[in-house]
Amino acid sequence: MYRYDEFDQAAVNERVAQFRGQVARRLQGQITEDQFKPLRLMNGLYLQLHAYMLRVAIPYGTLSARQMHMLAHVARKYDKGYGHFTTRQNIQYNWPRLVDTPDILADLATVEMHGIQTSGNCIRNVTSDPFAGVAKDEIEDPRPWCEIFRQWSTFHPEFSYLPRKFKIAVTAAEHDRAAIKLHDIGIRVVKNAEGETGFEFWVGGGMGRTPIIAKKLKDFVAKADLLDYATACLRVYNELGRRDNIYKARIKILIHEMGLAKYAELVEAEFQRIRGTVALPDAEIARIQAYFAPPAYESLPATSTAFEAKKFEDRGFRDFVRTNLHPHKVPGYAIVSISLKAPGVAPGDISADQMDLVADLAETYSLGELRATHEQNLVLPNVKLDDVYTVWQQLRDAGLGTANIGLLSDIICCPGLDYCDLANARSIPLAKEIQDRFADLERQHKVGELKIKMSGCINACGHHHVGHIGVLGVDKHGKELYQLQLGGSATEDASLGDLTGAGFPPEKLVDAVETVIETYLRLRTGEAEAFLDCYRRVGMAPFKAALYEAR
Amino acid sequence: MKLVKNAAVAEDGWTTVADDENLPEGGAVIVSLARFKAERDTLVGRNAPLGLRLKSNEPPATVAEDLERFSVIALEFPIFRDGRAYSHATQLRQRFGFEGEIRAVGDVLWDQLLNMIRCGIDAFEVDDDFPLDAFDEAPKLFSNYYQPAAVGGPSIFEKRHGA
Repeated sequence: MYRYDEFDQAAVNERVAQFRGQVARRLQGQITEDQFKPLRLMNGLYLQLHAYMLRVAIPYGTLSARQMHMLAHVARKYDKGYGHFTTRQNIQYNWPRLVDTPDILADLATVEMHGIQTSGNCIRNVTSDPFAGVAKDEIEDPRPWCEIFRQWSTFHPEFSYLPRKFKIAVTAAEHDRAAIKLHDIGIRVVKNAEGETGFEFWVGGGMGRTPIIAKKLKDFVAKADLLDYATACLRVYNELGRRDNIYKARIKILIHEMGLAKYAELVEAEFQRIRGTVALPDAEIARIQAYFAPPAYESLPATSTAFEAKKFEDRGFRDFVRTNLHPHKVPGYAIVSISLKAPGVAPGDISADQMDLVADLAETYSLGELRATHEQNLVLPNVKLDDVYTVWQQLRDAGLGTANIGLLSDIICCPGLDYCDLANARSIPLAKEIQDRFADLERQHKVGELKIKMSGCINACGHHHVGHIGVLGVDKHGKELYQLQLGGSATEDASLGDLTGAGFPPEKLVDAVETVIETYLRLRTGEAEAFLDCYRRVGMAPFKAALYEAR
Repeated sequence: MKLVKNAAVAEDGWTTVADDENLPEGGAVIVSLARFKAERDTLVGRNAPLGLRLKSNEPPATVAEDLERFSVIALEFPIFRDGRAYSHATQLRQRFGFEGEIRAVGDVLWDQLLNMIRCGIDAFEVDDDFPLDAFDEAPKLFSNYYQPAAVGGPSIFEKRHGA
């Protein structure tokens, strides 16, 4: 993975010093809260319901064992002993004190981490495929391009006060695990007929209160043009994006209102004018790519006798393998997912001790590397098949062995009204109730792949628009009400869910979800027809009938 | 108000003239885009330096062919969160090669100075009690930048390879 050079290290150190000065001026009353707000936001610091919240960037979801140990240290020293992995491959701490935040950021800087641009109306932390570099279905590792974006967007003087936040995601795989079509700019790394790497640009996707699937802006942007083209995209948005209403300020609204063709024309004109302005030397691309060279894999047989034997002997292990393992591009290795969706734990939450254990496992069994996913789980990307059993035992003993990746209890969920200043309704307790209702693993397997995504307000941090089943908590006349959406998807076949109809009070929500699932089981052509496929075939009518006619 | 250039208070030889105010006899004036458009010939024919004040929704491209007539262009920040003028300053320097003074006016605050400087703004209209320390601090905050500056200078990407 990438390692900072002296330029990178100086930049984060100097940023800490700058923020320390800003906090001091704030505490002395030299700047108003209104003026301080964007400064703290651009260092990841929010003011929440009960306290400040610090969001730390995990650029493109890749982190080292050493970095994970530091995240554990921060949780222990400055917070209440835990952290929360978000749907943006970041980690949040819910209880830091304002006066401590410069020290937290200074500690993080010692392991090449920061909170830079994890909030604010700027280019946010770049996200990517959590299986990048190890997936079987990718054309090349997308992370060097993510790192180039990370650096180029850091402290960008022109794009720090955009109309609204700006999120970029990059994938290089056939299967989109980075939800690129739900980002302001989504980039697919592609090869042209000559075999040269380039970039397919998608633009104007997003969730929130006006969900829109991104549209394709350009088929092929060459490597040398990448940052000029991105600059043109951002400049047109910065100049023309709406600033009169924050709910209409995202680029998706600009493109919706002016039309894709007009936006593309303006971007192309600006790109042609500035081509060659933002230099990205080939030697620099090569330098960054070299950090992502594959680690020293051993030459192993494609199958492991020990692994197969343990699968046969141990049912718990068999369950884990069934859901939490994905094929690795190197024979004899597996990608092991760690579910942060254990029963009774808020989705994405992890304790400091668990972080340390995961870091140790990464050090010993995964070539020192870890990933965070936008589905709020972790990944050990490089585990030898021979070692998976040992890894699973240690995870299980630490409460991290939950075998539910991709199943219905692997719920994406925002913090909701339990923490968040924006929320209208609780989400964590409802996710727990759904998990409890479907606690039986065999029942979950019978249902098969099913992504439930839940948000406690229309800002959609829980991605409800793209859940196979999406749940949105709203406030209706002072009471929580939960709307259901069906048929959303965040992958290459991206679609937005359809609203079933009137919402459900909290005590009826789990019944409603169960009704949807039972209806699917009744309608599907067989186990091979997943929920999403079935919904796309039969449509809303039978689900609506089952949900509302009996009432 | 005071005008700050090169981290020091500078004499402001310019008068910003409101749209309904009479032009003074001689003397350097800064006028709005609306006034410039309405009275272009008079203003251009006047034998005195001319400046232009652009609101944040008035891109310099709208007066591209006249830019060389201005010695000063004042860019408005109606509120510090409105970042359009950063793009406008960048375009003035990079696209139009504007070499005159670019002046930040409006909600100009301590923590935005660095970005303004990096986008090519070189004069700042601020309140009388605005601390000059802020202007000393801004260029020293970071040793290097990942982006090329609007006024030239290599990015970190280039410096790494000997630029």
